[in-house]
Formats: sequence, C-alpha cells, structure tokens
Amino acid sequence: MTSLDHKRKEASKKWAELTESKVPVIYLGTASCGRAAGALDVLAAVKEELAEHGLEARIVEVGCIGPCYLEPLMDITVPGEPRISYANVTTKKARRIVESYLVEGDPFIKSAVGYFGDTTTELTNGVPRFFDLPMLKPQVRIVLRNCGLIDPEDIDHYLANDGYTGVMKALEMGPEAVIKVVGDAGVRGRGGAGFPAFKKWELCRSAQADTKYLICNADEGDPGAFMNRSLIEGDPHAVLEGMLIAAYAIGASHGYVYIRAEYPMAVARLKKAVGQMKDYDFLGKNIQGSGFDFDITIKEGAGAFVCGEETALIASVEGKRGMPRSRPPYPVISGLYGKPTVINNVETLGTLPNVLRNGAAWYRQYGVGESRGTKTFSLVGKVKRSGLIEVPMGMTLREIIFDVGGGSIKRFKAVQTGGPSGGCLSEEFLDLPVEYESLAKAGSIMGSGGLIVMDEDTCVVDVARYFLDFTQKESCGKCSPCRVGTRHMVEILNKITSGHGTEEDLTKLRTLGEVISNTSLCGLGQTAPNPVLTTLRYFEDEYLAHVNGKRCDAVVCTDLIEYRIVAEKCPGCLRCIRVCPTGAITGTKKEPHVLDPDKCVKCRACYEICPFDAVAGDGLLIKAETGARSE
Amino acid sequence: MAIDKAVEIFSGFQGVQGDLIPILQRIQETDGYISEEAIKNISRFLRISENEIYGVASFYSQFRFNEPGRHSVKVCLGTACHVAGGNILSDAVQRELGIDHGETTKDKRFDYERVACLGCCALAPVVKVGDDIHSRVNVHRLNEILEEYD
Repeated sequence: MTSLDHKRKEASKKWAELTESKVPVIYLGTASCGRAAGALDVLAAVKEELAEHGLEARIVEVGCIGPCYLEPLMDITVPGEPRISYANVTTKKARRIVESYLVEGDPFIKSAVGYFGDTTTELTNGVPRFFDLPMLKPQVRIVLRNCGLIDPEDIDHYLANDGYTGVMKALEMGPEAVIKVVGDAGVRGRGGAGFPAFKKWELCRSAQADTKYLICNADEGDPGAFMNRSLIEGDPHAVLEGMLIAAYAIGASHGYVYIRAEYPMAVARLKKAVGQMKDYDFLGKNIQGSGFDFDITIKEGAGAFVCGEETALIASVEGKRGMPRSRPPYPVISGLYGKPTVINNVETLGTLPNVLRNGAAWYRQYGVGESRGTKTFSLVGKVKRSGLIEVPMGMTLREIIFDVGGGSIKRFKAVQTGGPSGGCLSEEFLDLPVEYESLAKAGSIMGSGGLIVMDEDTCVVDVARYFLDFTQKESCGKCSPCRVGTRHMVEILNKITSGHGTEEDLTKLRTLGEVISNTSLCGLGQTAPNPVLTTLRYFEDEYLAHVNGKRCDAVVCTDLIEYRIVAEKCPGCLRCIRVCPTGAITGTKKEPHVLDPDKCVKCRACYEICPFDAVAGDGLLIKAETGARSE
Repeated sequence: MAIDKAVEIFSGFQGVQGDLIPILQRIQETDGYISEEAIKNISRFLRISENEIYGVASFYSQFRFNEPGRHSVKVCLGTACHVAGGNILSDAVQRELGIDHGETTKDKRFDYERVACLGCCALAPVVKVGDDIHSRVNVHRLNEILEEYD
C-alpha cells in the first residue's frame, strides 16, 4: 500500500467518524458571506448553549453552500438522523434550536429548510431534501460539489470525497493524454472569453523553454461576482488539484495563484491548503513518485481590475504596474519572466479534477453545442433567492432567474451578464440559452459569472453610468481611447442622470463607444462601452425619458427626484426628524411634519425609517400627484 | 519606518523586482501605510528608483500613503451594492465623518475608503469596519454601527 492509499484510508475513516458520529454534529457556514450575515455570533451562541447544558457535540465550520439568502445556515446531525439544515439563524434562534433538538429531542422542524441524504425518518417529516429546494433542484453541482459540505481547512475531508484522484489519474496517463481528455470534454476557459483550455495547453506544451509557468487567475475583479471567492473558501483543494493537473499537462514546474487581497479568508485558506499539500506529497520534487516536480506561490493582487487581463496580470506578478501589452507574443510563448505561461481561471481549474476523474464523455453530457459542462454564477441584485449557483450550460436566463432565483423582487427589467465588460439584456432575451455564442450575439458576454438582476426600481441609465465610472477609474491609462474616451462617456452619462442631457448626447455615446471598442489594446477598453451600448439598444426609452422628460421612472437618479411627506398619512411620530442628518424635516408630535426640499440631501434615511408610508421618494413629475410610496 | 524593522521585513525576500508588491503589502500590514521613508528603504533594497516604486504603489488601490485611523471603514460599491444603494451609504459616511475617501479623521478614529467589491453581493449593501462585515446596511443602521467603534 502506498503512503497515499494509507492516507486516503485514514481520511475516509476520519470522514466516517464525522458522518456517523456518536455525538451530534453542528455544521456552520462561516465563509465570508456567512460571517457577514452573522455566522460568527451564531457560532459563539451555539458554543455557549452547548456549555450551559453540558452537551457534547462537534462543531464543523464549512464553506458556502450557495443560497446566500438563507444565511446564516446551520445544520445539525444527531446520531441515526439525517443532517437537517436551518436557515436565517440568529443567535437566539440557534440557541433555541440547539436546546430543542439536543436537549428535548424535538428537531424544531418549523425552522428547518431541508435535510441532506436520501433517507428520511419520522423526525424529518414534512421537511424537503435540501437539494430538492427550488433554488437547488435545477442545479448541477460539479465544481461546487464539496462547498458547504466539507471542512475546507481539512485535506482529509477532501481526500475522503475522491479528492486528488483526478490528478493521480492524470499522472498515470501522461501529459498528452490529459490534454486530449480536456479537449474531448470541451472545457473552455471560465474567466470570460471561453477560449478552449486544451488549445492554450498544447501551445504551451510545445513551446521550447527550460522553465514554464502556470498561473491561477483568482483576481476576481468584476464587481458583483464572488464565484471564485466562494469556491476557494469552500473547497480550496479542488482548485489546487486542478493546478497540479494543468501544470503536469503543460510541463510547468512552478505555479502562482494571483488572488485579490480583498479576499483575506480565501488567501488564508489557500495558504493553509498549500501547506497540507506539501505534507501529503502533492507539492515539491517527484510528486507521488511520478517524477513530476511542482511548487505553488500565492501572490496577492493589490487591487486593480485590469490585472484580470493576462499580460497585465503577468506584469503585476513581476512587480510592475499592471498594464497590458500588445499580443503577440502570447503568454503561452512568452509570458511571466519571458517564459511560456498558461493562465487559467479558478473555475476552469476547479473543473479539471472532475473531468479527469469521470472522463470526457461524462462531462460532455452537460451543456449544449460548443459550451459544455456547467457554469457557476453569482446570482444577485433584485432577485428573490440570491446566492451562488452552478447550472448546466445552455439553461435559459428565464430558468436561471425565475426557477432558480425565484424571480425578481418587483417587475423584471433587465439582467446584466459579464460584469462591467458585459451587457444589459432586456426581457425579450429571457429565453436565451446561457452559453458563450448566444450571449455574444446579443451584445453581451458570458464573463466570469456575475448575473445582476434588475427590477423596475433599478434605473438602467444609472447602472450604465455606474459601470462606466468603474471602468474609467480602472483604466490603466495606456491607451488614449480608453483613458480619455471612458471619461467622456461618464461625463455625458452624469449630464444625463442629472437632467441636463440632450438627444444629441445619445448619439455621442454611441459614436464614442464604438471608437473605444475598436481602438483599445486590451479587453478592458474593448468591452468597457458594452453596458452603455447594450442599454442604449434595449432601453432607449429610458434614456429618452431622462433626456427629454427629465424623469427617472425608477426613482433612482437623485437629481430627478424629490422627497416629500404626505401630510394625510403622517401621524407625527418624530422618527424621521430624529434621523434626518440635515434638519430638513421639522414639526411637532402628532402634527404632520414638513420636509424642506432645499435642505434635503436625499439620503433616504427618512424613507427607510418611516413606518407609515408618509415619506415617498417619488419621481418629480411622474408620481408627484399619487402620493403613493413607490413600493 | 525604523531601519531595523525594514531589515526584518526585507529578510524574507530575495531582492528582485517581483518582490516589490509583496514587500509593499508587508509594510502596509505592519505600518498601516506606505511612508516616504519606507519607499526610500525599498529603493535601496531592490535597487529601483523611488519614482518607480511610487508609480507601482499608486497604481494599485490597496496602498495608502497616509496614516490610517483606528478603524477602517470600507463602503462596498460593487454592482449589487450599488443597485441596493451603496452610494447613499458612501455619501452618509462622508457626511458623518466629515472626510473624503482615502482620508483619516482628525481624531484618528476612522479612515474611510470606497471599495469595488467585497464579494458578499447577496447581502448587499455591505460596509466593512475593521474586520467586521456588516450586511444589509441602511443609513440609519450605519450610524449605529459606527458608534460601536471608538
């Protein structure tokens, strides 16, 4: 028995000890998102509650399982019963559940959202399977298969769940065969452009050089996207195993993970996982006796969106300003320190162990046409069930937003795919299958996986302005069309959202957008105008309303709206007077208050605190008469 | 930055250009910001001009060049947060603290930055104070949150 077999056996034993634990096990999702929702407070409360009752239980901190709208999530297994999941757990609720289930033997079913596994018992009556929940049922979890289920900081958990079997297969079959499997499977780069992974690899493999590099691009810069963060926090070894496979295929001896410094927990987990890999002979010289040498360095990015571009990323790793250079030569020929370099996205790498383990045909069963497999998305914005999802390629936007996401909060208006480089798609595109080619045809891109849903309360002109403002600030400044052009576009958009735009401005935006797209060197500039161009194409009416009518029907553009107090509805509770930061609201108790529009800074504080629908942030012209709160 | 501390930080590096960003990150971690003196020390160690170091450091949004406050307030302006009203929060922070982004309050209690995305989009809008991420913040809660830190 090799030492790996031995380790795997030990790991399986350890895993079985957990799944068949003699004492209750409490799982808590404590990834960044869970923590933001208060998971650490819940953790402390659970520990206290256990101590108070003198209960023995194991606590396992897991990553994010996906449905962020249910955070914080807490699961409990008691011996002989399935793992039951509880959602939106507060400290109080957690204490109550622990007491009820572990002391009184009542699983507190009214707070349970689902159970795991296939067996039900009397206790779980009336609770659905977790993976049968409407948000999870349509999903196919390949990359995310371990997220939320295993302890990401324990390599044994990963090993016990078929971890590192993909790379062992790869090492057996040889690099050329690995490239062939990945090619046959049709794995395309998940970073956005969708370039076939095996083509990059072949080019790099055949390049002549003494040293080759592999870089894992974890510089998830798209605002509104967190797929890579979740994967690394929830299952870091999957990504690192993918790196081993890719490095072996291209013949790289050294790998870098270029990760955003804004993701401190992901960085810490990666570092820990790399240490464990060393202990388990998955890094260093002669890995698992195969003759393959490989090492990994974690490089923290320092905050520059443009570093998602390959050549800029390389410059940044070399310690320079992250400015792109013209290609060719492509990085696969001359990349990091002038050596052949392959850059793969986190998700691409996370896919590889599964492809190697299960084969190309298995992977190809998911997806359509030239887009195979699954894609992870961060489904956010004005959607009912937000979170991290993984669906087969080719699923329609409607299925993703309405079946998985439960629909938009208010009437659906648009969905933005591909982040700042992507486009805003209107309702008529809802039946569009989500795959590389059809999205491109509609003027958007697949991108890395941000899906931002907008409803009638979202102003698309404001969103377009937001994205342009973002790319303008992130432009590295090398090419004038991008540096100066995006700036002009932002200025025009500011003019429009403040009510000073003209129809001529819309023509200017179109012209500028096309010029910037055509004349910029890198992807940032080439795609920067997309949000404006697509919204101009699909939502021209909304632009015209801002320009001609000086109105923002979504009640977003602050210069075009006014806050008022509806006297008939105001009982004079003083709440808004207390929160108003500028003293714009005056009045006495039990008398309708008065809001002075000249002093009002439109900060929304009164709107949010008013329980009587008396304050309405209504459109200046459109809703001035109705007095109804816009919700 | 005292010279012995600089030596200690540099000891973990080889002295090549590729070390520049990790060194800057280490210094920011220990000092909280990149001082002029720190740049001078790096320049001597890596043998690249101060000018170039400043050029690299100022290119990336992570590095700051003035002393931070006791608590760093970061308002997320990622897309999801923007749609949920992140800019209203950044205006409110500016108003409450009386500083612009990238600045520190006179009493050194807070510094304030706007960030592109903290990756907690499903819980938008979010504000990070120190290491704590606060989710679904509104203007009213923001003031309560800020009061928790002194």
